Amino acid sequence: MIEIRELTVRFGGVTPIQAMDLTLPGGACGLIGPNGAGKTTFFNVLSGFVTPATGRVLAFGDDLLALPGHRRARWGLRRTFQTEQAIEQLSVYDNVAMVHEHTGGHRRDRHRDVLTALDFVGLSVSPTAPVGALGAGERRLVELARAVVGRPRVVLLDEPAAGLPDEETGRIGAVIRRIPAELDAMTVLVDHDMSLVSACCDVTAVLDFGRIVAAGPTQEVLRDEHVVRAYLGTEEVA
Amino acid sequence: MNVLEDAHRTTAPDHARHPTAAIGHRLRQPLSAAAWPAAVAAAALLLPLFTSPYWIQVLTAAAVFSVAALGLSVLYGRVGLISLGQIAMLAVGGWTAERLGQTGALPFWLVLLATGVVTGLIGIVIGLPALRLSGLYLALITLMLAAAVTIVLTNTNFPNGGPGFLGYDPVKSGTVPLARPAVAAGDTAYFRYTVVVCVLMFLLAIAHTRGRPGRAWAAIRQSEHAAVAAGINVTLYKLWAFALACFMTGVAGALLAASAGGLTVYQFPPQESITLLAALLMAGMYHFAGAVVAGLMLKAMPALLDTWGVSGNVLLIVFGVGLVQTLVTSPEGIAGQMSRDLARLGARVGMRRTTS
Repeated sequence: MIEIRELTVRFGGVTPIQAMDLTLPGGACGLIGPNGAGKTTFFNVLSGFVTPATGRVLAFGDDLLALPGHRRARWGLRRTFQTEQAIEQLSVYDNVAMVHEHTGGHRRDRHRDVLTALDFVGLSVSPTAPVGALGAGERRLVELARAVVGRPRVVLLDEPAAGLPDEETGRIGAVIRRIPAELDAMTVLVDHDMSLVSACCDVTAVLDFGRIVAAGPTQEVLRDEHVVRAYLGTEEVA
Repeated sequence: MNVLEDAHRTTAPDHARHPTAAIGHRLRQPLSAAAWPAAVAAAALLLPLFTSPYWIQVLTAAAVFSVAALGLSVLYGRVGLISLGQIAMLAVGGWTAERLGQTGALPFWLVLLATGVVTGLIGIVIGLPALRLSGLYLALITLMLAAAVTIVLTNTNFPNGGPGFLGYDPVKSGTVPLARPAVAAGDTAYFRYTVVVCVLMFLLAIAHTRGRPGRAWAAIRQSEHAAVAAGINVTLYKLWAFALACFMTGVAGALLAASAGGLTVYQFPPQESITLLAALLMAGMYHFAGAVVAGLMLKAMPALLDTWGVSGNVLLIVFGVGLVQTLVTSPEGIAGQMSRDLARLGARVGMRRTTS
């Protein structure tokens, strides 16, 4: 469970997140909203890249904001990026092993844990393949494997399927659904793809201009006509 | 060492498929990475049989400068931190070694090690601004530090057996080189000693890039945010890179201090670091063999031009043109091009063998 209380972020005169109050109960949670709503900024606060002006974030009772950025990964916070950040110069194996060795994973378990993570995301390429040679979908899966290796507690996914064809989006969706169930890690999914969010997330919050405007069970939130019209356009929701 | 990494080493590289893939693969192919310094060392140890005393001195300097280039290769090629202070660190290493050697209390190898530690610590101090700055600003800061070192050294000079902390006696004229180890008193023996130490520095760098720091550096180089999200302490690993680069360069400076003629400030102009960067870009920033080529370009090429009766200044023009040529046609540099060509040649020979 993540409790966000009175979270405000200011960049000069801009306030991308304003007095945000939100409780993410666990399981898979969706966070949606139009461009510039503050979704990625919210993730960046959790990751430690952005220091909020005010507010607290309690993750499973721990004060997340008190930890330096790299310590949060060791705590169990993982994330993927909107622009995928698999490390090109390293092999698939080293990409995942790197997270394992810096998040307190034991050397003895590394080989097994890394291969388990690659298996979990369903990556079929050779672990020794250099990431620079992989396709966009495979690189997304490498990043996802990095997010689930070892003992993740909270996995933040920032548009994990952006720019991928529907078929690969479906595969990634299937993996996301298995994260809370099989790894016992809560997942927060930010995406524009409503079908992905509704397929993966039990609860969803809607963010607009830095404020939470709706939150609740995903189907109810997505059915809310006010939300659909105002924040997602008028297209049919799958 | 796990099974998977072993398997990796034996996988044939697929260079043709994707150029970036080739870079990535070669970075993770330690065999070829270690084969380079071994081959260079073997050649260098045999070389004195065929060359004149003048060329032995030149090649000693080339070996030293290849380690300075190696430091830059680690900083810029692996971590993405640009430093234009490498030549100044070489001078600081030289000064420290001469001062430590002057006490007469330490054996030569310990002077080398202690010098490396001192310059490594200085490297951490230089690395502090790098935590906030990058790119052009970091280049500027390090270049200014290099200029500051030159100004200080112009006033203090290199130790020549004088009294006090500075160890400089203005009454005595000339320079006093660091005393060489007993096993390497002659120029030829000292050249071999230098090559061995330089190869150790290359192996140290290779061990780093193959291991945990190398993976962390690759992440930092691509994206600091991705590195932090992976649990990497970016501050620690950046400072580590500076400490390592300056340790190696300091040891190289100590080696230079005991080479023929001793040290003068004029050997370390701040702009030489820019020439070093240019040479390394041409030679191959992302390959350790590139550092060897860069060392030869900086020290052996001027000597070669000199024997041909051409002004050494021509070299700057050659470097300028060569740099543009490299960036346009072969961004991996000479070393990258060479290992690519060798791989292609190997593949072709292999194909012949299977078809015939």
